[in-house]
Amino acid sequence: MQVEYTTTLGGACHWSFRIRRGMQLRLTDIDGGANVGMLLYNPENLLERYNAPDTLKAQHTFKLTTGNCLYSDMGRIFCSITDDSLGWHETVCGNSTAAHIEQRFGHKSYQDAHNDWNQNGYDAFLVELAKYGLGRKDMAANLNLFSKAAVDDEGNIRYVAGHSKAGDSILLRFEMDTLVIMHTCPHPLHPAGDYPRKPVRIDFEQASAPGEDDVCLNHCAENRRGFANNRLYLMGLGA
Amino acid sequence: MIKHSQLDPAQAIDRKIVAAGDYYMQVVKAGQTVRILDLEGNQAADTLFYSAADPAERYSAMDTIREQGNVYLSAGSLLRSNENNVMLEIVADTCGRHDTLGGACATESNTVRYDLEKRCMHACRDSWMLAVNENEQYGMGKRDITHNINFFMNVPITDDGGLTFEDGISAPGKYVEMQAHMDVIVLISNCPQLNNPCNAYNPTPVEVLIWD
Repeated sequence: MQVEYTTTLGGACHWSFRIRRGMQLRLTDIDGGANVGMLLYNPENLLERYNAPDTLKAQHTFKLTTGNCLYSDMGRIFCSITDDSLGWHETVCGNSTAAHIEQRFGHKSYQDAHNDWNQNGYDAFLVELAKYGLGRKDMAANLNLFSKAAVDDEGNIRYVAGHSKAGDSILLRFEMDTLVIMHTCPHPLHPAGDYPRKPVRIDFEQASAPGEDDVCLNHCAENRRGFANNRLYLMGLGA
Repeated sequence: MIKHSQLDPAQAIDRKIVAAGDYYMQVVKAGQTVRILDLEGNQAADTLFYSAADPAERYSAMDTIREQGNVYLSAGSLLRSNENNVMLEIVADTCGRHDTLGGACATESNTVRYDLEKRCMHACRDSWMLAVNENEQYGMGKRDITHNINFFMNVPITDDGGLTFEDGISAPGKYVEMQAHMDVIVLISNCPQLNNPCNAYNPTPVEVLIWD
Protein backbone atom coordinates (compact mmCIF):
# COMPACT_ATOMS: atom_id res chain seq x y z
CA MET A 1 0.00 0.00 0.00
CA GLN A 2 1.19 3.49 -0.77
CA VAL A 3 2.01 5.43 2.38
CA GLU A 4 0.57 8.94 2.17
CA TYR A 5 2.02 10.25 5.40
CA THR A 6 4.13 8.91 8.23
CA THR A 7 4.67 10.42 11.63
CA THR A 8 5.78 9.36 15.08
CA LEU A 9 3.77 10.06 18.20
CA GLY A 10 6.17 10.17 21.13
CA GLY A 11 5.34 8.62 24.49
CA ALA A 12 2.93 10.56 26.75
CA CYS A 13 1.54 12.45 23.72
CA HIS A 14 -1.98 12.97 22.38
CA TRP A 15 -3.40 13.78 18.97
CA SER A 16 -6.66 13.76 17.04
CA PHE A 17 -7.67 13.86 13.39
CA ARG A 18 -10.50 13.09 11.03
CA ILE A 19 -9.74 10.18 8.75
CA ARG A 20 -11.75 9.45 5.62
CA ARG A 21 -13.47 6.22 4.70
CA GLY A 22 -11.13 4.22 2.47
CA MET A 23 -7.99 5.21 4.35
CA GLN A 24 -6.12 2.91 6.70
CA LEU A 25 -3.97 3.55 9.70
CA ARG A 26 -1.02 1.36 10.61
CA LEU A 27 0.20 1.80 14.17
CA THR A 28 3.62 0.33 15.01
CA ASP A 29 5.20 -0.02 18.45
CA ILE A 30 8.72 1.30 17.93
CA ASP A 31 10.47 0.25 21.16
CA GLY A 32 8.06 -2.36 22.64
CA GLY A 33 5.69 -1.82 25.57
CA ALA A 34 3.53 0.84 23.88
CA ASN A 35 -0.07 1.62 24.79
CA VAL A 36 -2.42 3.62 22.57
CA GLY A 37 -5.63 4.89 24.18
CA MET A 38 -8.19 5.55 21.46
CA LEU A 39 -11.74 6.87 21.11
CA LEU A 40 -13.75 7.12 17.86
CA TYR A 41 -16.61 9.48 16.88
CA ASN A 42 -18.64 10.19 13.76
CA PRO A 43 -17.61 13.71 12.65
CA GLU A 44 -21.06 14.19 11.06
CA ASN A 45 -22.79 13.43 14.37
CA LEU A 46 -20.53 13.48 17.40
CA LEU A 47 -23.21 11.69 19.45
CA GLU A 48 -22.32 8.55 17.51
CA ARG A 49 -19.25 7.08 19.16
CA TYR A 50 -17.19 3.93 19.66
CA ASN A 51 -19.07 1.49 21.88
CA ALA A 52 -16.93 -1.17 23.54
CA PRO A 53 -19.79 -3.36 24.89
CA ASP A 54 -21.55 -3.40 21.51
CA THR A 55 -18.24 -4.23 19.81
CA LEU A 56 -17.48 -7.12 22.17
CA LYS A 57 -20.93 -8.69 22.33
CA ALA A 58 -21.56 -8.48 18.57
CA GLN A 59 -18.44 -10.54 17.96
CA HIS A 60 -18.62 -12.69 21.13
CA THR A 61 -15.14 -11.66 22.12
CA PHE A 62 -13.34 -10.05 25.03
CA LYS A 63 -10.18 -9.29 23.02
CA LEU A 64 -9.73 -7.50 19.69
CA THR A 65 -7.56 -8.72 16.80
CA THR A 66 -7.58 -9.41 13.03
CA GLY A 67 -11.12 -9.95 11.75
CA ASN A 68 -12.76 -7.80 14.41
CA CYS A 69 -14.60 -4.58 13.63
CA LEU A 70 -14.89 -1.57 15.93
CA TYR A 71 -18.56 -0.61 16.23
CA SER A 72 -20.33 2.62 17.04
CA ASP A 73 -23.37 2.73 19.32
CA MET A 74 -25.46 3.12 16.15
CA GLY A 75 -24.73 -0.36 14.79
CA ARG A 76 -22.13 0.79 12.28
CA ILE A 77 -18.47 -0.03 11.79
CA PHE A 78 -15.93 2.77 12.22
CA CYS A 79 -13.02 0.57 11.22
CA SER A 80 -11.91 -3.01 10.70
CA ILE A 81 -8.78 -4.65 12.09
CA THR A 82 -7.41 -6.12 8.86
CA ASP A 83 -3.94 -7.04 10.17
CA ASP A 84 -2.48 -7.47 13.64
CA SER A 85 0.75 -9.03 14.90
CA LEU A 86 -0.35 -9.09 18.56
CA GLY A 87 -3.54 -11.17 18.76
CA TRP A 88 -4.95 -9.22 21.69
CA HIS A 89 -5.86 -5.57 22.26
CA GLU A 90 -8.05 -4.72 25.24
CA THR A 91 -10.96 -2.30 25.61
CA VAL A 92 -12.34 -2.68 29.15
CA CYS A 93 -9.73 -1.27 31.54
CA GLY A 94 -10.30 2.42 30.81
CA ASN A 95 -7.78 5.16 31.27
CA SER A 96 -4.91 6.16 33.51
CA THR A 97 -5.69 9.12 35.77
CA ALA A 98 -3.38 11.68 37.38
CA ALA A 99 -3.68 9.73 40.65
CA HIS A 100 -2.61 6.42 39.02
CA ILE A 101 0.37 8.07 37.37
CA GLU A 102 1.58 9.83 40.51
CA GLN A 103 1.16 6.68 42.61
CA ARG A 104 3.10 4.42 40.21
CA PHE A 105 5.65 6.70 38.56
CA GLY A 106 5.78 9.85 40.68
CA HIS A 107 4.62 13.34 39.90
CA LYS A 108 6.45 15.15 37.09
CA SER A 109 4.78 18.37 36.01
CA TYR A 110 5.34 20.22 32.78
CA GLN A 111 7.06 22.97 34.79
CA ASP A 112 9.52 20.42 36.17
CA ALA A 113 10.16 18.29 33.14
CA HIS A 114 8.83 20.02 30.02
CA ASN A 115 8.23 17.36 27.36
CA ASP A 116 9.28 14.58 29.74
CA TRP A 117 6.33 15.22 32.05
CA ASN A 118 4.22 12.33 33.31
CA GLN A 119 1.01 12.95 31.38
CA ASN A 120 -2.05 10.75 32.08
CA GLY A 121 -4.58 9.29 29.64
CA TYR A 122 -7.64 10.97 31.17
CA ASP A 123 -6.26 14.50 30.84
CA ALA A 124 -4.88 13.70 27.37
CA PHE A 125 -8.38 12.73 26.19
CA LEU A 126 -9.96 15.82 27.82
CA VAL A 127 -7.59 18.08 25.87
CA GLU A 128 -8.36 16.49 22.50
CA LEU A 129 -12.12 16.12 23.16
CA ALA A 130 -12.50 19.82 23.98
CA LYS A 131 -11.32 20.70 20.45
CA TYR A 132 -14.59 19.27 19.12
CA GLY A 133 -16.90 20.56 21.84
CA LEU A 134 -16.74 17.22 23.66
CA GLY A 135 -16.02 16.64 27.33
CA ARG A 136 -16.27 14.33 30.32
CA LYS A 137 -19.73 13.13 29.35
CA ASP A 138 -18.44 11.98 25.98
CA MET A 139 -15.54 9.89 27.23
CA ALA A 140 -16.79 6.36 26.58
CA ALA A 141 -14.81 3.18 27.26
CA ASN A 142 -11.63 3.50 25.22
CA LEU A 143 -9.43 1.08 23.35
CA ASN A 144 -6.02 0.27 24.80
CA LEU A 145 -4.23 -0.91 21.68
CA PHE A 146 -1.03 -2.96 22.21
CA SER A 147 -2.20 -3.89 25.74
CA LYS A 148 -3.54 -7.19 27.05
CA ALA A 149 -5.66 -7.86 30.14
CA ALA A 150 -6.82 -11.48 30.49
CA VAL A 151 -9.58 -12.80 32.77
CA ASP A 152 -9.58 -16.13 34.64
CA ASP A 153 -12.59 -18.35 35.45
CA GLU A 154 -13.32 -16.36 38.62
CA GLY A 155 -13.28 -13.09 36.70
CA ASN A 156 -9.93 -11.84 38.00
CA ILE A 157 -8.20 -9.40 35.64
CA ARG A 158 -4.52 -10.03 34.88
CA TYR A 159 -2.54 -7.30 33.09
CA VAL A 160 0.09 -8.90 30.85
CA ALA A 161 3.27 -6.83 31.05
CA GLY A 162 5.57 -6.87 28.02
CA HIS A 163 2.76 -7.97 25.68
CA SER A 164 3.82 -5.73 22.79
CA LYS A 165 7.30 -6.06 21.33
CA ALA A 166 9.30 -3.65 19.17
CA GLY A 167 7.87 -3.84 15.64
CA ASP A 168 4.43 -5.11 16.60
CA SER A 169 1.69 -3.41 14.61
CA ILE A 170 -2.05 -3.19 13.98
CA LEU A 171 -3.81 -2.04 10.81
CA LEU A 172 -7.17 -0.23 11.00
CA ARG A 173 -9.14 0.17 7.76
CA PHE A 174 -11.77 2.90 8.04
CA GLU A 175 -15.25 2.00 6.79
CA MET A 176 -16.72 5.48 7.43
CA ASP A 177 -15.33 8.95 8.06
CA THR A 178 -14.12 8.94 11.65
CA LEU A 179 -12.82 11.36 14.25
CA VAL A 180 -9.92 9.59 15.97
CA ILE A 181 -8.83 10.73 19.46
CA MET A 182 -5.66 9.05 20.70
CA HIS A 183 -2.90 9.19 23.28
CA THR A 184 0.25 7.24 24.08
CA CYS A 185 -0.01 7.48 27.88
CA PRO A 186 0.55 4.37 30.03
CA HIS A 187 -2.08 1.68 30.46
CA PRO A 188 -3.95 2.18 33.77
CA LEU A 189 -2.72 -1.23 35.04
CA HIS A 190 0.93 -0.75 34.06
CA PRO A 191 3.00 -1.67 37.13
CA ALA A 192 5.02 0.89 39.08
CA GLY A 193 8.56 1.79 38.10
CA ASP A 194 9.87 4.10 35.40
CA TYR A 195 7.16 5.95 33.48
CA PRO A 196 6.80 4.02 30.18
CA ARG A 197 7.45 6.69 27.54
CA LYS A 198 6.79 4.61 24.42
CA PRO A 199 6.57 6.10 20.90
CA VAL A 200 4.30 4.79 18.15
CA ARG A 201 4.76 5.19 14.39
CA ILE A 202 1.63 6.09 12.43
CA ASP A 203 1.37 5.39 8.70
CA PHE A 204 -1.60 6.77 6.76
CA GLU A 205 -2.32 4.69 3.65
CA GLN A 206 -4.93 4.33 0.93
CA ALA A 207 -6.84 1.08 1.60
CA SER A 208 -8.19 -1.41 -0.91
CA ALA A 209 -11.97 -1.73 -0.78
CA PRO A 210 -13.03 -4.86 1.14
CA GLY A 211 -13.60 -7.77 -1.26
CA GLU A 212 -16.12 -10.59 -0.87
CA ASP A 213 -13.39 -12.68 0.81
CA ASP A 214 -12.55 -9.93 3.31
CA VAL A 215 -11.36 -11.23 6.70
CA CYS A 216 -13.49 -8.77 8.67
CA LEU A 217 -16.65 -8.96 6.56
CA ASN A 218 -16.60 -12.76 6.87
CA HIS A 219 -15.53 -12.98 10.50
CA CYS A 220 -19.13 -13.53 11.64
CA ALA A 221 -22.70 -12.97 10.45
CA GLU A 222 -22.87 -9.94 12.76
CA ASN A 223 -20.07 -8.20 10.83
CA ARG A 224 -21.91 -8.79 7.53
CA ARG A 225 -24.88 -6.98 9.04
CA GLY A 226 -22.60 -4.23 10.36
CA PHE A 227 -21.22 -3.66 6.86
CA ALA A 228 -24.83 -3.66 5.57
CA ASN A 229 -25.65 -0.88 8.07
CA ASN A 230 -22.66 1.14 6.80
CA ARG A 231 -23.88 0.68 3.24
CA LEU A 232 -27.31 2.06 4.19
CA TYR A 233 -25.66 5.01 5.94
CA LEU A 234 -23.51 5.83 2.91
CA MET A 235 -26.68 5.74 0.77
CA GLY A 236 -28.15 8.35 3.09
CA LEU A 237 -30.52 5.92 4.84
CA GLY A 238 -28.86 5.77 8.24
CA ALA A 239 -30.06 7.65 11.29
CA MET B 1 -20.47 -13.78 46.88
CA ILE B 2 -23.90 -14.58 48.33
CA LYS B 3 -24.82 -12.22 51.14
CA HIS B 4 -28.32 -11.83 52.55
CA SER B 5 -29.83 -8.54 53.71
CA GLN B 6 -31.26 -7.87 57.16
CA LEU B 7 -33.58 -5.15 55.84
CA ASP B 8 -37.34 -5.63 56.16
CA PRO B 9 -39.34 -4.78 53.01
CA ALA B 10 -42.17 -3.58 55.28
CA GLN B 11 -39.85 -0.82 56.54
CA ALA B 12 -38.88 0.44 53.05
CA ILE B 13 -39.70 4.13 52.46
CA ASP B 14 -40.42 3.58 48.77
CA ARG B 15 -41.42 0.55 46.69
CA LYS B 16 -42.08 0.55 42.97
CA ILE B 17 -42.77 -2.26 40.51
CA VAL B 18 -41.11 -1.68 37.13
CA ALA B 19 -42.68 -3.58 34.25
CA ALA B 20 -40.45 -5.03 31.54
CA GLY B 21 -39.92 -2.41 28.85
CA ASP B 22 -40.33 0.50 31.33
CA TYR B 23 -37.71 2.67 33.02
CA TYR B 24 -37.17 3.76 36.62
CA MET B 25 -35.47 7.08 37.38
CA GLN B 26 -35.20 8.30 40.94
CA VAL B 27 -32.74 9.93 43.34
CA VAL B 28 -31.30 7.81 46.15
CA LYS B 29 -29.61 9.85 48.88
CA ALA B 30 -26.22 9.16 50.43
CA GLY B 31 -26.66 6.58 53.18
CA GLN B 32 -29.88 5.16 51.77
CA THR B 33 -30.04 1.59 50.53
CA VAL B 34 -31.65 0.56 47.26
CA ARG B 35 -32.63 -3.02 46.40
CA ILE B 36 -33.48 -4.38 42.94
CA LEU B 37 -35.62 -7.49 43.29
CA ASP B 38 -36.00 -10.01 40.46
CA LEU B 39 -39.66 -10.90 41.03
CA GLU B 40 -40.09 -13.77 38.58
CA GLY B 41 -36.48 -14.72 37.82
CA ASN B 42 -33.96 -14.41 34.97
CA GLN B 43 -34.72 -10.75 34.36
CA ALA B 44 -31.96 -8.31 33.33
CA ALA B 45 -32.11 -4.88 35.01
CA ASP B 46 -29.90 -2.54 32.94
CA THR B 47 -28.75 0.14 35.37
CA LEU B 48 -26.88 3.46 35.27
CA PHE B 49 -25.97 5.82 38.13
CA TYR B 50 -25.21 9.56 38.10
CA SER B 51 -24.07 11.96 40.79
CA ALA B 52 -27.20 13.98 41.58
CA ALA B 53 -25.00 17.02 42.24
CA ASP B 54 -23.11 16.72 38.94
CA PRO B 55 -24.58 14.22 36.47
CA ALA B 56 -21.43 14.48 34.32
CA GLU B 57 -19.96 12.28 37.05
CA ARG B 58 -21.50 8.85 36.40
CA TYR B 59 -21.05 5.14 36.86
CA SER B 60 -18.03 3.82 35.00
CA ALA B 61 -17.88 0.10 34.29
CA MET B 62 -14.20 0.43 33.36
CA ASP B 63 -13.08 2.21 36.54
CA THR B 64 -15.16 -0.21 38.63
CA ILE B 65 -13.76 -3.46 37.25
CA ARG B 66 -10.19 -2.20 36.95
CA GLU B 67 -9.99 -0.97 40.54
CA GLN B 68 -11.51 -4.17 41.97
CA GLY B 69 -9.40 -6.33 39.63
CA ASN B 70 -12.39 -8.46 38.64
CA VAL B 71 -14.93 -8.21 35.81
CA TYR B 72 -17.96 -9.45 37.80
CA LEU B 73 -19.96 -7.51 40.38
CA SER B 74 -21.22 -8.94 43.66
CA ALA B 75 -21.44 -8.16 47.39
CA GLY B 76 -18.45 -6.01 48.35
CA SER B 77 -18.07 -4.44 44.90
CA LEU B 78 -17.55 -0.68 45.00
CA LEU B 79 -19.34 0.96 42.08
CA ARG B 80 -17.08 3.75 40.83
CA SER B 81 -17.58 6.86 38.75
CA ASN B 82 -15.67 8.19 35.75
CA GLU B 83 -13.79 10.30 38.32
CA ASN B 84 -12.83 7.04 40.06
CA ASN B 85 -14.92 7.95 43.15
CA VAL B 86 -17.07 5.39 44.97
CA MET B 87 -20.76 6.03 44.18
CA LEU B 88 -22.36 2.97 45.78
CA GLU B 89 -21.37 -0.30 47.43
CA ILE B 90 -23.10 -3.62 46.86
CA VAL B 91 -24.00 -4.62 50.42
CA ALA B 92 -26.15 -7.69 49.73
CA ASP B 93 -26.53 -10.05 46.78
CA THR B 94 -28.41 -13.34 46.59
CA CYS B 95 -27.60 -13.88 42.91
CA GLY B 96 -23.79 -14.00 43.20
CA ARG B 97 -22.62 -12.46 39.96
CA HIS B 98 -23.68 -9.55 37.76
CA ASP B 99 -22.35 -8.38 34.39
CA THR B 100 -21.08 -4.93 33.48
CA LEU B 101 -19.38 -5.62 30.12
CA GLY B 102 -22.30 -6.66 27.92
CA GLY B 103 -23.83 -3.19 27.68
CA ALA B 104 -27.48 -2.57 27.00
CA CYS B 105 -29.57 -3.64 24.06
CA ALA B 106 -30.37 -0.99 21.48
CA THR B 107 -32.42 -1.04 18.32
CA GLU B 108 -29.21 -0.34 16.41
CA SER B 109 -27.17 -3.12 17.99
CA ASN B 110 -30.15 -5.46 17.52
CA THR B 111 -29.77 -4.97 13.75
CA VAL B 112 -26.17 -6.20 14.01
CA ARG B 113 -26.79 -9.02 16.46
CA TYR B 114 -30.02 -10.43 15.01
CA ASP B 115 -31.39 -8.93 11.80
CA LEU B 116 -31.59 -5.52 10.10
CA GLU B 117 -35.35 -5.97 9.99
CA LYS B 118 -35.52 -6.21 13.81
CA ARG B 119 -34.64 -2.53 14.08
CA CYS B 120 -38.00 -1.58 15.56
CA MET B 121 -38.09 -4.05 18.45
CA HIS B 122 -38.16 -2.39 21.88
CA ALA B 123 -34.77 -2.03 23.54
CA CYS B 124 -33.18 -0.72 26.76
CA ARG B 125 -31.59 2.28 25.11
CA ASP B 126 -35.00 3.41 23.83
CA SER B 127 -36.32 3.28 27.40
CA TRP B 128 -33.40 5.47 28.47
CA MET B 129 -33.98 7.92 25.61
CA LEU B 130 -37.57 8.31 26.82
CA ALA B 131 -36.34 8.66 30.41
CA VAL B 132 -33.94 11.52 29.65
CA ASN B 133 -36.54 13.33 27.55
CA GLU B 134 -39.33 12.91 30.11
CA ASN B 135 -37.09 14.08 32.96
CA GLU B 136 -35.65 17.34 31.70
CA GLN B 137 -34.92 18.45 35.26
CA TYR B 138 -31.73 16.39 35.14
CA GLY B 139 -30.48 18.05 31.94
CA MET B 140 -29.48 14.73 30.43
CA GLY B 141 -29.36 13.47 26.83
CA LYS B 142 -27.92 10.72 24.67
CA ARG B 143 -24.32 11.49 25.63
CA ASP B 144 -25.23 10.59 29.22
CA ILE B 145 -26.24 7.07 28.23
CA THR B 146 -23.05 5.15 28.88
CA HIS B 147 -21.89 1.63 29.77
CA ASN B 148 -24.23 0.08 32.32
CA ILE B 149 -24.54 -2.72 34.82
CA ASN B 150 -26.67 -5.71 33.81
CA PHE B 151 -27.97 -6.88 37.17
CA PHE B 152 -28.92 -10.58 37.15
CA MET B 153 -27.20 -11.16 33.80
CA ASN B 154 -24.56 -13.83 33.24
CA VAL B 155 -21.85 -12.98 30.68
CA PRO B 156 -18.86 -15.26 31.32
CA ILE B 157 -15.40 -14.27 30.00
CA THR B 158 -12.90 -17.05 29.26
CA ASP B 159 -9.12 -17.08 29.74
CA ASP B 160 -8.58 -17.16 25.96
CA GLY B 161 -10.64 -14.00 25.45
CA GLY B 162 -14.12 -15.39 24.70
CA LEU B 163 -17.37 -13.73 25.81
CA THR B 164 -20.77 -15.42 25.80
CA PHE B 165 -24.30 -14.67 26.92
CA GLU B 166 -25.45 -17.53 29.11
CA ASP B 167 -28.72 -18.38 30.77
CA GLY B 168 -29.23 -16.27 33.84
CA ILE B 169 -28.20 -17.52 37.28
CA SER B 170 -31.00 -15.53 38.89
CA ALA B 171 -34.33 -16.91 40.10
CA PRO B 172 -37.60 -15.58 41.50
CA GLY B 173 -36.98 -13.52 44.64
CA LYS B 174 -33.24 -12.98 44.11
CA TYR B 175 -32.03 -9.46 44.76
CA VAL B 176 -29.06 -7.12 44.84
CA GLU B 177 -28.78 -4.28 47.33
CA MET B 178 -26.59 -1.18 47.25
CA GLN B 179 -25.83 1.54 49.76
CA ALA B 180 -25.27 4.98 48.23
CA HIS B 181 -22.03 6.81 49.15
CA MET B 182 -23.26 10.00 47.43
CA ASP B 183 -26.64 11.29 46.26
CA VAL B 184 -27.24 9.37 43.03
CA ILE B 185 -29.78 9.33 40.24
CA VAL B 186 -30.70 5.70 39.62
CA LEU B 187 -31.73 4.99 36.02
CA ILE B 188 -32.93 1.44 35.28
CA SER B 189 -34.26 -0.03 32.08
CA ASN B 190 -36.13 -3.21 32.86
CA CYS B 191 -34.93 -5.05 29.78
CA PRO B 192 -37.48 -5.81 27.04
CA GLN B 193 -35.11 -8.01 24.95
CA LEU B 194 -36.86 -10.96 23.27
CA ASN B 195 -33.97 -12.24 21.15
CA ASN B 196 -31.57 -13.75 23.66
CA PRO B 197 -31.60 -15.67 26.96
CA CYS B 198 -30.86 -12.64 29.18
CA ASN B 199 -34.57 -12.59 30.13
CA ALA B 200 -35.22 -16.26 29.36
CA TYR B 201 -37.10 -14.92 26.28
CA ASN B 202 -39.83 -13.73 28.64
CA PRO B 203 -39.26 -10.25 30.16
CA THR B 204 -40.87 -9.88 33.60
CA PRO B 205 -41.22 -7.12 36.26
CA VAL B 206 -38.66 -6.12 38.89
CA GLU B 207 -39.27 -4.21 42.12
CA VAL B 208 -37.12 -1.36 43.42
CA LEU B 209 -37.12 -0.72 47.19
CA ILE B 210 -35.44 2.09 49.13
CA TRP B 211 -34.60 2.22 52.85
CA ASP B 212 -33.35 5.15 54.91
